[in-house]
Amino acid sequence: MERITKSQIKHVAHLARLEFSDHEVEMFSEQLDQIINFAEQLNELDTDNVVPTSHVFDVRNVLREDEVKPSLSQEEALENAPAQKDGQMKIPTVFE
Amino acid sequence: MSILDQRFAHIHEQLHKKELSVSDLVDASYKRISEVDGKINSFLHLNEEGARQKAKELDDSLGKDDVTSVLFGLPAGIKDNISTKGIRTTCASKILDRFKPLYNATVMNKLETEQIINIGKLNMDEFAMGSSNENSGYGPVRNPWDTERVPGGSSGGSAATVAAGEVLFSLGSDTGGSIREPAAFCGCVGLKPTYGRVSRFGLVAFASSLDQIGPLTRTVEDNAHVLQAISGHDPMDSTSAGVDVPTYVDAFTGDLRGKKIAVPKEYFNEGVDIEVRNKVREALDQLEKLGATWEEVSLPHSKYAVATYYLLASSEASANLSRFDGIRYGERIEDERLIETYKKTRSEYFGNEVKRRIMLGTFALSSGYYDALYKKAQKVRTLIKQDFDEIFLKYDAVVGPTTPTTAFKIGDKIDDPLTMYMTDILTIPVNLAGVPAISVPCGFCEGLPVGLQIIGNHFDEKTVYQIAHAFEQATDHHKQKPEL
Amino acid sequence: MEFETVIGLEVHVELKTESKIFCGCSTEFGAPPNTHTCPICLGHPGVLPVLNGKAVDFAMRAALALNCEVASETKFDRKNYFYPDSPKAYQISQFDEPIGENGWIDINVDGEKKRIGITRLHLEEDAGKLTHVDGEHYSLVDFNRVGTPLIEIVSEPDIRTPDEAYAYLEKLKAIMQYTDVSDCKMEEGSLRCDANISIRPKGDDKFGTKTELKNLNSFANVRKGIAYEEERQESEIRRGGRILQETRRWDADGSKTILMRVKEGSEDYRYFPEPDLVYLYIEDEWKERVRGEIPELPDDRQQRYVNELDLPEYDAGVLTQQKVMSDFFEKGLEAGAPAKLLSNWMMGEVSAWLKANNKDITEVPMTPEGLAGMIELIEDGTISSKIAKKVFKELIEKGGDPKTIVKEKGLVQITDEGEIRTIVNDVLDSNEQSIADYKDGKEKALGFLVGQVMKASRGKANPQMVNTLLADEIEKR
Repeated sequence: MERITKSQIKHVAHLARLEFSDHEVEMFSEQLDQIINFAEQLNELDTDNVVPTSHVFDVRNVLREDEVKPSLSQEEALENAPAQKDGQMKIPTVFE
Repeated sequence: MSILDQRFAHIHEQLHKKELSVSDLVDASYKRISEVDGKINSFLHLNEEGARQKAKELDDSLGKDDVTSVLFGLPAGIKDNISTKGIRTTCASKILDRFKPLYNATVMNKLETEQIINIGKLNMDEFAMGSSNENSGYGPVRNPWDTERVPGGSSGGSAATVAAGEVLFSLGSDTGGSIREPAAFCGCVGLKPTYGRVSRFGLVAFASSLDQIGPLTRTVEDNAHVLQAISGHDPMDSTSAGVDVPTYVDAFTGDLRGKKIAVPKEYFNEGVDIEVRNKVREALDQLEKLGATWEEVSLPHSKYAVATYYLLASSEASANLSRFDGIRYGERIEDERLIETYKKTRSEYFGNEVKRRIMLGTFALSSGYYDALYKKAQKVRTLIKQDFDEIFLKYDAVVGPTTPTTAFKIGDKIDDPLTMYMTDILTIPVNLAGVPAISVPCGFCEGLPVGLQIIGNHFDEKTVYQIAHAFEQATDHHKQKPEL
Repeated sequence: MEFETVIGLEVHVELKTESKIFCGCSTEFGAPPNTHTCPICLGHPGVLPVLNGKAVDFAMRAALALNCEVASETKFDRKNYFYPDSPKAYQISQFDEPIGENGWIDINVDGEKKRIGITRLHLEEDAGKLTHVDGEHYSLVDFNRVGTPLIEIVSEPDIRTPDEAYAYLEKLKAIMQYTDVSDCKMEEGSLRCDANISIRPKGDDKFGTKTELKNLNSFANVRKGIAYEEERQESEIRRGGRILQETRRWDADGSKTILMRVKEGSEDYRYFPEPDLVYLYIEDEWKERVRGEIPELPDDRQQRYVNELDLPEYDAGVLTQQKVMSDFFEKGLEAGAPAKLLSNWMMGEVSAWLKANNKDITEVPMTPEGLAGMIELIEDGTISSKIAKKVFKELIEKGGDPKTIVKEKGLVQITDEGEIRTIVNDVLDSNEQSIADYKDGKEKALGFLVGQVMKASRGKANPQMVNTLLADEIEKR
C-alpha cells in the first residue's frame, strides 16, 4: 500500500470531524503510515476462505418485547446539553 | 496492618461481629487516599459525601439485617468509563469534563445491590486508549512501586489504587489488556472475563466487540467474589451471554492434579524480557508441584494479533466516539457554522492518542480500504480465535507472562505509538478470541512486579481462578506491598 | 429525438410499534419536544441497543406483502455520518444484508397494469427532528422521533412517468396500511419519499445521470416534482448542457426544483457490522408465522369484490385503494347495505364530500352503520333519493342515526295519494300557462310542473306518484 499522503490525512480528518495544524498533519501522517505499514503483515496470511469474525460468539436473535418504558423528563433530557431553547437542544444553524 | 490490607472474608466476619463498621472502612479509605493519592493520582473524582452517607445507612442497618453479601460495605473504586448515575463520568477526557450520567451501568446496579461503597472514580487512559495511563486528560497515574514508572493502562488508576491499599477492590475494563497489564505492573490480581460474561451496558464503549469489565483485587479469592457479583445475563446488553454463572469459590481446592496447561512458545520469544520469562518459568515449576502438567504449544497467529487488534478496535472506536460532538452533552466550542463547531470541539478536547485511533479507524473503514484493512483484520481474528479453540480441545488453560516487560518509565514510549502498542502483544490475543484471562503476581524483577497470565476457555473463569488461587496460596508474592 | 424518463423511488415508512426500535421510549407522534427520549435513544455514553422484535415482524410482514424474498440471515450495520439529528453520529441500518430483496408490486395507470420491481427493503432507525428558526443563526433539535423504527423501500428504476410514480406510491401506501405496519401519514412524516430521476434517449439501455429529488411532502408534489425535473433535464440536454449528479429540493411554493448540493462521488458512510447487535436468523417457522399474520391485501380484496359482490373491476379498484375506505365499505356491508348501492354512495357522494372538505373517512362522525341505515330508508321508500342527499349531509357532518334524522326533520316521503293530488291541483291552479304549453306539445312544461310540486311538498312527495298524478290531473282539465 502506498504511503499515506497529507491530503489523505486531511480527508480522513474531515470524515472524523477533526482538524489539525500543519505540524499535527505531519505527525499523524507519519505515525499512521507506520501503523498501516505494520498492519500490512496481515497480507502474509491467505484468508480467502476465512469467514470474518464480527462477534466472537454466535449469539442470535436477541429481541425485546414491544413495551413502552418511562422516558426521561424534558429537563433531564436537556440537563447535559451545552445549549438549549424551548425544550430543545440549541445548535449552530444547519442550513447554510 | 491496615484494615484495607485484609481479605474480604475477614472483613465480612468483623462487620458481622460488629467489631468493625462500614464507616471505619470508609474513613480508612479516604484517609489512605489523602495520604498517598497525591503521589499516584489514581482518583479523578471522589464520591466522599455519597460514600459516607451510604456507610452510615449501612451501619444503621447492621443491627437489623444480617450481613449476607461478602461485598457488604466494602470501599471500591470505579474506573471512570463506567457510568455512575449523578456522579461525574469523564473517561478521563476533557470532552466529558463536567458530564454526569443519567443512569447507572448494570455492574453498578449489581454492586449497589451488594451494598458496596463507591469511593470515587478512577483515572485511566482517555477513553481506555493506552497501555501506560499517560493518555489521561487529567495527568498520568504513577506506579505505587516506583512513581517514576507507569502503572500500565488503560485501567492504571484501578490497579494503582488497589496496590496502594486505598480501596479493597476496583473495577476496570479490558479491551486489549487494560486490566491485566496494569495488574501485572502494579502487582495485583486482575481478571478479564469471557466476552459476554459481564454486561457492557453503561461501559463507555471503546471497541464494542472486545470490551469487558472486570475486577482488580489483592487476592484471587476476593477477585472471584467481585466477579460473582457482576456476572450474568443482562437484557440491556444484546451481546451478554445467557450462560449460567458457577460459584467460583468452589474452585478453591488448592489442588491442580489432572490440570493440563498449554504454554505457547510465542510467549517466550526474544521480545519478552529474559527476567520476565524466568519468573514465569519458575511459576510453571510451581504449578507442576501443585499437580498440573504443562506442554509447549504454538499459537501460530498470535504475532498478527497486535495489527489485527489496532485495526478492529480503532475502527469500532472511530464510530463509538463520534457521539462526542458537543450537541447533546459534553463540552462544546461554539462556532457559527455547525461543521466548525464539530471540528473545533473534537480537536480541542480529544487527546492525541484518541485522535490517532479515530484517524486509524476512520481510515480503515473508508472507501477503498475497508476490505484490505478492516475486513482482512476480521478474518485474521477468526484465525486467532481458532488457535485458542484448538488448544482448548486438549488443555485446561494457557499460561504465560502477562506483559513482555515490567513497568517502564513514564515518557519512555509515549512518542512512539507502535512500540507502545507492542506492549499489549501478550494480552491482545485473549480479547480477540473472547476468552477469559487473569494476571496474578509471580515475583519481582528489580523491585517491580511481574504478572503471570492464565487464560481459560470460553466461560471457564472457574478453572482460571482455580489455577490462579492454587498458585497464589503456594507463593507469597501477593503479600508484598509497595512503600509509599 | 424523443426522451424517456427513468425513475426510482426510495420510500421511508415508519413502523407503528408502541416503543422505539432499540429502547422502550414511546413512538407516539406530537408529544412536547424531548419528552420521549432516554439515554439510549439520546446516544449517551455507554448505552446499548436491544432490538424490538415487533419491528422485525413488521418489516418482515411488509417485505412479504411486497413479494420480497426474506433473508434467512440478516444483520445490522453502522452508517457513519455527522448530523445533529443523529445522536450517535451513526445510524443503525442494514447495508449488505437487508431483510427483504427482489420484490414487486403491480400498479395500474390508465387501465394498464405494470409491474414495478422492489430492489430491497431494510430496517433502520429514524433520526430526530431539526427546526431552523427563521432569521436566527441557530437550529433546534427534538429527539422524540429518533429511534422510531423505519423501513426503507427502494424500487427498481422501472418507473417511467410521474403518473406511474404516483400510482406506485398509492399502491405502496395501501399495502403498508392493509398490512397494518404503518399509518403512512405523510403530514406526520410517517411516510417519506425521495425520487431519483434521469432521462435518456428513447431506446437506449444506458442510464443517464440522475438527480435526487427531496422534500416531496405529498404524492401530488412527487408527481409535480418529477414532471418538473424531467422537463428541466430535457431542456438542459436540448440546449447542449449536461446533467450533474446533484440533490435537488422540491419547492412547492415556487413549483420548481432547487439545487441543494452537487454530489462528489458517493458519500463515504464507512458502513461496518454493528457490534452491539447480534445476527438475526429468520427460520421458516418465523417467516410463516408472520406470513400468516398478514391481513387481506388490496389486490385480493379487489378480486373478492369482483367475484363475490359482482362489482365492476374499476369500482372494486377504487374502493380498495384506501384501506380506511374499504374497511368502511366492509362494515357497511355487514350492516346490511346492498353492495352495489353502498359502492355507488361511497364512490359518489361520500368521496366527493371528503374531497371537497379535505378529510379522511375516519375523520367524519358518520358511521358505516349510519350510511347503511340511510340506504335502507331509500330502499324501503321512506325517503326519496333527493331527500337522501339532505340526510346524508346531516349524517356526514354531524353523525347520528338516519331514522332519527328523517323523523326529527320531517323528511319522510309523502306517499299518500290524496295528499299529493291536493298539492298537484294547487300547483296546476296557479300555472295555467304551463298546462297550455304542455298540451301544445312542449314536454319541458311537465318537468317544470313536477319541479313545482316537489318544491311545494318540500321535496317529500314520492316522485313517481307526482308524475302519474300530474299526468292524470292535466288530462282532466
